[in-house]
Amino acid sequence: MFGAILWTMSETAVKIQNVSVTLGKHFEALRNVNVELPVGKVVGFIGPSGAGKTTLMRSIVGRQKLHQGKITIFGNPAGTSKLRDQISYMTQEPSVYTDLTVRENLVYFATVFGVPKHEVAKAVDDILQTVDLTPQSSQLVEDVSGGQKQRVSLAIALIGRPKLMVLDEPTVGLDPVLRDQLWNLFRKLAQQGTTLIISSHVMDEAERCEDLLLIRDGKILAHASPKDICKQTATSSVEQAFLKLVGKQ
Amino acid sequence: MSLRKILATMRRVLRQLSHDHRSMAMIILIPVILLTLLKYVFNDKPQMFNGVAPLLLGIFPLFMMFLVTSITTLRERRSGTLDRLMTYPMAKLDLVFGYALAFSIVGFVQALVTTGLTLGLLDVVIMGGTLPILITAVLAAFLGTSLGLFVSAFARNEFQAVQLVMPILMPQVLLCGLFVARDQMARPLELLSDVFPLTYSVDAMRQAAMNPTWTGDLTRNMLIVLGCGIAALILGSITIRRQET
Repeated sequence: MFGAILWTMSETAVKIQNVSVTLGKHFEALRNVNVELPVGKVVGFIGPSGAGKTTLMRSIVGRQKLHQGKITIFGNPAGTSKLRDQISYMTQEPSVYTDLTVRENLVYFATVFGVPKHEVAKAVDDILQTVDLTPQSSQLVEDVSGGQKQRVSLAIALIGRPKLMVLDEPTVGLDPVLRDQLWNLFRKLAQQGTTLIISSHVMDEAERCEDLLLIRDGKILAHASPKDICKQTATSSVEQAFLKLVGKQ
Repeated sequence: MSLRKILATMRRVLRQLSHDHRSMAMIILIPVILLTLLKYVFNDKPQMFNGVAPLLLGIFPLFMMFLVTSITTLRERRSGTLDRLMTYPMAKLDLVFGYALAFSIVGFVQALVTTGLTLGLLDVVIMGGTLPILITAVLAAFLGTSLGLFVSAFARNEFQAVQLVMPILMPQVLLCGLFVARDQMARPLELLSDVFPLTYSVDAMRQAAMNPTWTGDLTRNMLIVLGCGIAALILGSITIRRQET
């Protein structure tokens, strides 16, 4: 049993080697990033806005061209077609069809993801329940609240039980109760073997992650569990640790 | 490519439109209203109206589908949904064909209503019957969709997309033979009209209106419109990028 634990711990979901990305002509969004992310963990990308979190996420899902280095996901280069039914990506702005109902959105994305026809209805029902949107299912997305839109976008990322979920600020702007529910969901998914990458610029969310990447100016300041990061910096919260690390630079 | 994903995209686009009652009403009714208006413009010259109306049936679907598609696909590009779809196991052509199919169907419905009105109530006589008219109208709608999809890549916002109608479609309308027969225009203009796809859609309508039999020219014109549509569609799919720099 001990061996099994060691094995899962050593398995790598995402391997990022010497990755640099320049946006536009001069903006170095990522500077020589080297990181390995384990399977089955909730990994937090924490840093101020403009730090490079979104660029790193886009690079992982294969939407961003790398100017240097490489990213491997479950052993395959990021962006290859083989990976497309294994990962899901939730962008920061809710990327949903506002002129469709909540359910129509989910049905479409489920079909495109390749969920078998006879399973689509059930899968959509389950996900609606998970994100607490069953009562809104036949409303047009443009008529639901901002937080609900956000959840529709998250619901789409849950479709098809992808092995890697990349979620850009999924809980920002949600009420505390719902936020707590979603974090429980993220932990549950991780326990079942899903790897989750979650970005946030809110430091208290960092404490909820099992593994943390502190990002600033396109560089990784620290990579460890919240506990270890606090220990290494002799601080009592991730926020303090972050400030201390930034000060040291 | 996957037929299931093409059809899912087609259904999705049609649903989006169907939730927007006002747009649907405008797509179907505006050509009807314009044609009726024109009928009264040519009040004492029914002969002339009879000559012009069929040609407009080849222009309206192209115009309207161009507008609707360029805005819809621009929204798709800018709202993040395209970002999302490009990380999905979906071929770019699945998306593009889904769009083309959806708007061709809308074009067909529009053509049914417009043709029905033109032939039934506005007393326009078409020698070749309704079938070639309907086919040409659907092909024109398809061409409009493909051009709109392609052109949306060059617009950064809806304002630009709408304005692109003027430089891209208006010259084609001016030169297509609606105002002055093409062989009576200056040679350079005639040559220019030869490379404009709209010309062939209008020519096909003219063939269908004037010849009681299905001519080889009619088939040729239809195939050119179809071919240009397919080419624009493929170009459009190339403008969709899996990966951004």
